[in-house]
Amino acid sequence: MPDSDSAGPHPWLRPLFFAAVVRPALLLGFGLGVRHRERLPQTGPAIMVANHNSHLDTLLLLSLFRLGALRTVRPAAAADYFGKSGAVRWITQNLIGAILIERHAEGGRRADPLAPLSAALLRGEIVLLFPEGTRGKPEVREAFKTGLAHLSRRHPEVPVIPVALRGLGHALPKGEWIPVPLNLYAAIGEAVESDPKNKQAFTRAVEAAIDALDAELPTAVWD
Amino acid sequence: MQGILDTLRGGVGLILGLILLLLLIATFISELVPKLRGRAGSPELISRVRAWWVMAGLFVLAVLVGKRVGIAFIMFLSYLALKEYLSLIPQRSADRKVLLWAYLAIPLQYLWVFTGRYGMFIIIVPVYLFLLLPFRLMLTGITQNFLRASSTLHWGLMMTVFCLGHLAYLLVLPPLHPAGGVGLLLYVVLVTQFNDVAQYVSGKSFGKHKIVPQVSPGKTWEGFIGGLICTAVLAVVIAPVITPLSVWEALILGLLLPAVGFIGDVTMSAVKRDLGVKDASSLIPGHGGILDRVDSLMFTAPVFFHFIYYFVYGPYR
Repeated sequence: MPDSDSAGPHPWLRPLFFAAVVRPALLLGFGLGVRHRERLPQTGPAIMVANHNSHLDTLLLLSLFRLGALRTVRPAAAADYFGKSGAVRWITQNLIGAILIERHAEGGRRADPLAPLSAALLRGEIVLLFPEGTRGKPEVREAFKTGLAHLSRRHPEVPVIPVALRGLGHALPKGEWIPVPLNLYAAIGEAVESDPKNKQAFTRAVEAAIDALDAELPTAVWD
Repeated sequence: MQGILDTLRGGVGLILGLILLLLLIATFISELVPKLRGRAGSPELISRVRAWWVMAGLFVLAVLVGKRVGIAFIMFLSYLALKEYLSLIPQRSADRKVLLWAYLAIPLQYLWVFTGRYGMFIIIVPVYLFLLLPFRLMLTGITQNFLRASSTLHWGLMMTVFCLGHLAYLLVLPPLHPAGGVGLLLYVVLVTQFNDVAQYVSGKSFGKHKIVPQVSPGKTWEGFIGGLICTAVLAVVIAPVITPLSVWEALILGLLLPAVGFIGDVTMSAVKRDLGVKDASSLIPGHGGILDRVDSLMFTAPVFFHFIYYFVYGPYR
């Protein structure tokens, strides 16, 4: 599988998919409010981390990049979820350009799950991570898993850029199929200093950065 | 093509020339004057004027192509405005699905516009949806904040679907002037938006005495009256070109529409203040969101419509 990852997403179908389908749909069907767009990394290697509410989070994050820069942006996706059937796997790898990660051990021993992400960073790509590992309750951030800290420890020179996403938990929450047209928001933060010695402190720092960004976004819930 | 040429005759072409002239003057002030003086122009003003070009271009294109496209364009404006409104207001998460019903009000309302069914057009949002949506909200079984949820939802529908919908109904009124419904639509939109700009400019130049400092500190009596005078002149001058209005009717509208537009502007300011935002969104560079651009239009559209429906169309109905 490392081969299919380094081959990367489809060279022209993926930009076409984003230009013709994803961007118009996100813009007209939902609407985007982006804060600090200028902080978006133009070139890799970089790790972007965001909170996770919906499957559309990945599309939302990818649509923030210029079509030209999209080539090097690779979201991480769970192999056990997105790598099962042929069609889903093909879309995930070619249109979304995802790198499939083995989350669970197979038959007791498991290969290094972060190896494909490490390889992507070494190739100078921008890796998108959802360290919650799951979409969880709508609009509630769960504690981050340690994979991010492990990855950052291996590549301490690579900037870790936090992003807060808001809105998809209402517009298309987990388990719902009909989206409700509502604005979506993203706030991009400054890079969080890598801390190879203290994984916990680093994870907490990224969580705090995302919470601070989240506080910048409009909120309006009565319950 | 023939349809567009027919529309351009009967005064509409002349008014489009006037809009073009106004845009050129604005661009001259925002971009050329600073350049000639060897300074950088205000980026805020430049993006504002450029957005005016795009908005005016889209609007003119939509109304010129034909009645159906014109109605669809205003229907799309309603959708964007409602979406922006629903994104801003506080929500109960249980009401997620009810919002879809609120969106269904848009095609329903514009169906009556399209088929020219005035009776249904005027009653569907204020009466039937007013009764139906609280019923659907009740079915969620959650009573906490029930009144807040149903009130805010209906207020948004009245503003973005019912009030804005009046613009589209102008297009299906029987023509009493060669410019037809397109002439009426151009008239109210041009007068309202011109007044917004004229109020802003004269407020910036002479503004001193604030009208409602707690709600909208930028609004002054000097700006209001300056805008009113400029707009009244414009309203009287262009009325015979594209509308069946008499001089007196045009003069009354020239005084009424700026006042009503102002009321719409500050009312939406109060809403935004309540919600704690400066702009409704960042969709239009330099202007804010759709709601920021159509705030005055949501008030002038029904007032203009019912003025002409009663006084001008009254004898012909």
